[in-house]
Formats: sequence, C-alpha cells, structure tokens
Amino acid sequence: MLSSQTLRRSSEAILLPIGAVLVALIIFGLFTALAGAHPFAVYGSIYKAAFGSWSAWQNTLIRASPLMLTALCTALPARLGLVVIGNEGALVMGGLSAVLVGLSLGTTIPGVGVQGAMALGSIIGGGVWIAIVGALRHYRGVNETISSLLMNYIAIAFMNHLVQGPLRDPEFVTKPSSAELAESVWLGTIPSTRIHYGLVYGLIACILAYFLIQRTTFGFAARTAGGNIRAARVAGLPVGKLTLVVCFLAGSCAGLAGMVEIAAVQRRLNESIVSNYGYAGILVAFVSRHNPLATVLVSVLLGGILASGGILQRSHDLPDATVLVFQGIVFLCVLFSDSLYGRFPIFQDRPERVTGGTAASV
Amino acid sequence: MSYQKRPFRLSRRQVMRGLLATSAFGLTAKFGTSCAQSPTPEATAEEGAATAPAEELVVGFLYVGPKDDFGYNQAHAEGAAAMAANVPGIKLVEEASVPETTAVAEAMRSMIEIDGAKVLFPTSFGYFDPYILELATEFPDVQFFHAGGLYQEGVHPKNVGSYFGYIDEAQYVAGVVAGHMSQSGKLGFVAAKPIPQLLRNVNSFTLGAKSINPDITTQVIFTGDWAVPVKEAEATNSMADQGVDVITCHVDSPKVVMETAEKRGIFASGYHANQSSLAPAGYLTGAEWDWSSIYTNLGQQFMEGKTLMAGDIPHILRGGLAEQFCKLSPYGPAVTDEAKADADAAKAAIESGELIIYQGPIKTNEGAEVIPADKGLDIENIELEKMDYLIEGVVGSVS
Repeated sequence: MLSSQTLRRSSEAILLPIGAVLVALIIFGLFTALAGAHPFAVYGSIYKAAFGSWSAWQNTLIRASPLMLTALCTALPARLGLVVIGNEGALVMGGLSAVLVGLSLGTTIPGVGVQGAMALGSIIGGGVWIAIVGALRHYRGVNETISSLLMNYIAIAFMNHLVQGPLRDPEFVTKPSSAELAESVWLGTIPSTRIHYGLVYGLIACILAYFLIQRTTFGFAARTAGGNIRAARVAGLPVGKLTLVVCFLAGSCAGLAGMVEIAAVQRRLNESIVSNYGYAGILVAFVSRHNPLATVLVSVLLGGILASGGILQRSHDLPDATVLVFQGIVFLCVLFSDSLYGRFPIFQDRPERVTGGTAASV
Repeated sequence: MSYQKRPFRLSRRQVMRGLLATSAFGLTAKFGTSCAQSPTPEATAEEGAATAPAEELVVGFLYVGPKDDFGYNQAHAEGAAAMAANVPGIKLVEEASVPETTAVAEAMRSMIEIDGAKVLFPTSFGYFDPYILELATEFPDVQFFHAGGLYQEGVHPKNVGSYFGYIDEAQYVAGVVAGHMSQSGKLGFVAAKPIPQLLRNVNSFTLGAKSINPDITTQVIFTGDWAVPVKEAEATNSMADQGVDVITCHVDSPKVVMETAEKRGIFASGYHANQSSLAPAGYLTGAEWDWSSIYTNLGQQFMEGKTLMAGDIPHILRGGLAEQFCKLSPYGPAVTDEAKADADAAKAAIESGELIIYQGPIKTNEGAEVIPADKGLDIENIELEKMDYLIEGVVGSVS
C-alpha cells in the first residue's frame, strides 16, 4: 500500500510538470502559427538546434551549466519558505571576489591553487551577499524577496563602479574591464568537448544540495522550519542559524557560477557577466519545484530552449524575443500546474478518497 | 486538500474529450497554416538546398540588441539588408539580441555548422575578444568581419578583418549645425561610457560647434551603460531644464533621447541611424553610419571570390565621410540656410582633406594642452584612438 502511494505521488510529481511543458509547447505552437511559421517545423528546429547532434548537445550543456548553480540560489532558501531572487547579485559578487583573488594571487602559486582560492573566494563572496538577505529577514523582518531583488542592482552597480574605476585595465579598450587573469588559472574544457568544467561544478553542487536537503538532519530541520516556523521554534530548532546557513549556501552556489563564468568564459570582469543567468536560474528553480536533482534536468531543458533561440530567428524569421515568449509560456504553465496537485483522482489513493468525501460534505 | 477536489474533478471521459479536442484543434491549426503560409519559405528552402550550395554564399550577421532599435543595431541591419538586396547570390542569416557571452560563440558556431555560413559579421564591439578570435582560429576558412578597428597584423588570425568609420567627421558637421541653431550657447551630449570612440564624438561635435561660436559649451552626461532608457530620458530632461537647446547622444538606441528632446521642444541631432521620424520638428541632422555602401562593396568582393586569407580584401578598412563610411541625415525643417551652407562647406572641406578636425592648439577642459598649436592630428592618427580627455568647452569629466 505504502509503495503504491509513493509511486502515485512521485508519478504525479513527474507527470504534472511534463504535462505542463507539453501544454506550453502547444500554446507556443499556436503563437508561432500566428507569427506566420509552421509550428511542427518550429518544433523540429528547436529539437535539432538543442538536442539534434552532439554539437547541439554541447551548445545546450554550455548554456545549462551556469543555470544549475544559479537555480540553487532560489531552490535552497525555498525549502525554508523564503523566496530569494538575488541570484544575479550573488553571481556578480562571486565573480568579483574571484577576480580579486585571482588577480592578487597572480602566478605566485600554481594555477590549480589559484583556481581553488578563486572558487573559495567566490563561495564566500556570493554566500555573504545572500546571508545578508537572510539576516535582514531574520533579525529585522525585511521581506527577503524585495531585499534580494534590490541587492542585485547594488551588486551590479558596485561591480560597474569598480571596473570603470579602480580595477580598470587601461590597455583593454573593448569595454571597461578588470585586468585579464593569467592563462594558467583559466578553467579549461572537458577533453574533446567545448564544455567547460562549470558543468561538473554544477552537477556536483546539485547532488550535494540534494543530499543535504533530503538526506541529512540539517536538511530535515530546514524543511521543518519551512513547513511551519512556529512548530520548528517549539521543537527547539535554531531557526535563525538555519536561515543564515541556508542563505549562505544558496548564495555560494550562485557565487561559484560567477567564478566559473569569469575563469572559463570572460577571463576578466566586466558588464558581460550580467547576462541573465541569475534570472533564468529563478525560472529553473520554480520549474523544478526546488528539487536540486530536478534542477539539473530543467537546466538542460532551458539550456536547450536558449540554444534554439538562434535557429528560430534564422530559419523561421521569428523575432528575437520569441525564445523569451517560449520561456515565459513554459514558466506560466508550470506555475499553474502547481495548483493542480491533488486534483487528479488518478494520482490519489483510495483511503484519501474516502476522507475527501467526508470533507466535501462539510 | 481534499475539499478542493470537488470543484475540479475531472472524470476519465472529460479528460479524453479534452485531449481529443486539443489534438483536433492542433491538427486543423496545422493544416490551416500549412496551406496559408508555409509553402513559400519551404519551397525556397528546398530550392536553395537543391541548387544553391555551389553558388550561394551564406553571410551571417549577429547583433547585440534588437534589429529595430533606431540605433546601432538598426544601422547594421539596414546595411545587411542592402547587401542582400544589391548583391545577387548572397543569402543572409541573422540573429539579434545575442549577449556577449558564450551565447555569441555558440550562435556563430551554429551559423557555420548548421547554415553553412562562410562570412560572418558579428557587429557588436565586445564580440571581438575572445569570441571572434577563438572561432576564427577554429574555422580558418570562414571570414570574420568586425566593426571596430581592433585587428592587429601578426597578432590576430588571418581570417579576421576590421572595418571602422571615422564617424567623428560626421559629428563635427553636426556640431556646425548645432552651433548655428543654439540660441543659448549650451549644447547637450548624452553619453554611455567614456571609451575613446565616444570621447572623439563628444570632442569633435564640440569643435564643430566652436567653429561657429567659440564660446559655446557642451554639457556631457555619462549614463554608465549603452542601453539605459530611463537614465537617458532623465539626462535629456535635466539638460533641457538647464537651458541646453540642442541635444545629441552616443548610446545604443538614441530613440528615447530624440523623443524626449522633441517633447521638451528643443533641437536634437541624431546618431547611428536616421531618427528624423522620432523628432519631426526638432531634428536638425545626425551622424549616421553608412554601412549599406560598405557592405554592398564587400558583398561584391565576396562574390568575385576575394577573401581576407588570400589578401585580396584588406584586413583593416577605414574611412570617413569621403569613403562613405558615414553620412549625415538630411537636414530637418528647422535648419537655417546659413547653417546648411556652413555645414556643407565643412563637409566638403573634410572630404577633400583641407579641414583637419583635431588642429592644435587643443586643451582639455582641465587646462592641460594635448595638441600643441603647430600640430594637427589627422583623423587616422593612432593617438586619437587612445583619447581619454574632454576638450575645453565640454562640461563634464571622464572619471
């Protein structure tokens, strides 16, 4: 009985989001038809550009890897009942810390050592940034969604100030940037691919987060506090400490994404680090219902959607915002599907139906 | 949870009905569109696949923003469209709103691998290092043309070329018009970031205006980024409040600046593309890129089989008004005949090489002499590419 119940539960948790994505595909198909394209040809192109070949897969995975890390910045605090959307700011602060560490160490120690120090720096930088949000929430009662959103702007403005002033490399004329990291500290690509090691970081972080939340007493405490904060206090759980630690971990993941972006892609700090990875991460976290393992899959899905943005413009003459429309439709459908949990009798067990009947008569 | 079940109970029959209805709708929608629109693109694609590869040359354009931004990207997109229209045998593939991250590398790669592009024009300045350089090394038989003049002989791959226009020549002429039209003697410049290319525009606009009225000043406001419409509008409004009566700008999309200036009843001078439709009364003229002529010219050379790698196409293409790299918008209705005459004279003198814009003595607005009295810097002079100062008459500071 128990096993069939968990089976029903988990199939509900898997089938509903898939159904939502399918509905989103149908709506998007209608949209492309209105825009003058052939929906099935569009689906075909999306598939071809995102998953159709090994090269397309690499394109998808490259775009997915920062999303896995930034998504955790929303997914982890969500287990505590906090809606944190400071992903972009934490990513910027992580990138900034990584560059500061990387430039000040230079080539004094071997490249791997510098990379480790940069990763650590970015974890602390991003972590402290979101821990501030947690502290404001816990000690002063400041709404964490608003404060984390506003702190994004502060982080971006601070970074821009630094690269246009004290950190600026006058030799590099393309755009105001910090000096370039030494070549020995660049993060390479996985052999025989063009995917950088950020993907591995993302996978490891998601798996660790899953075990932390689902399989440890710490995770249990966090989930309990997220479920009912008063009950958690009565049970003697240190809610304040939990808030700070979870927020720190969340920020450190996004911070690490910033370090990867710097060390593997940009190699210097400039405004290009702000390219919506943080905001896309929020989408990933909500679509994956804040489950760190599902985050991996959803990141790959969204990476594929982003990878197909180009071919929609080139082969179907659709406007460049089409891919954002698609993303938005998927987001809305998945959020709406949240309200359908427990409403399909096929996923419910018989005993629940009996209680359902009595409750309905009230 | 259980009492919620009541208002939303779906029986199996209802689910089946729903699914059938949706799929039926999907099918009919599909038939409808396939009858109405798709035959044309599909047929041409088939044709293209069947006959083209031998002779058709695929040229890819990448833009950092939307193609209809009334600014930088629109200027390039218009040039690309002109190339495709004027040169038979060129097939255009375009991608807009590509950020300066791995996204642009992936976009270029799929243009090469999926669409078979042989020539790429990644138009944003920030695409160059590292993305274009990396892709160019990986695909040595694909030509990469970049707007910005960053190519260095011997340092960069052979299949990379730069093209770059001295649009400050056009800004000088626009400054001449502005100098005539300003009653208050105060001009305004909404600027994004203090990079050399932008400072050249501010300074030569001011020099043009000072050639008419030596006491004129240009107030410059840096917004800090290439596309921040709200700040651009604020800057325009605050300058209008201070008595500035001619405004120009160097931001990615001058749309907001032009519209705000028109609303405030002051004159505006455009940049990048022709914005006269945004400010029909107050638009004076504007410094525009003339990519149509450059791209058409390059397209013809591609079709003749010329390449960067063989050395048939120079790696650095530069030019100003005379070489048709830039041009001026047609004069607006408010421009006086006197202003037109002086501006036309300045334009002719620049084109013939008689007029040197950066003729000393030139001092910065902090008082330091940068160009001595007996020296003039030609527009090609490499020293100008490192400009990090604002000249006397400009109100504002670089840092």
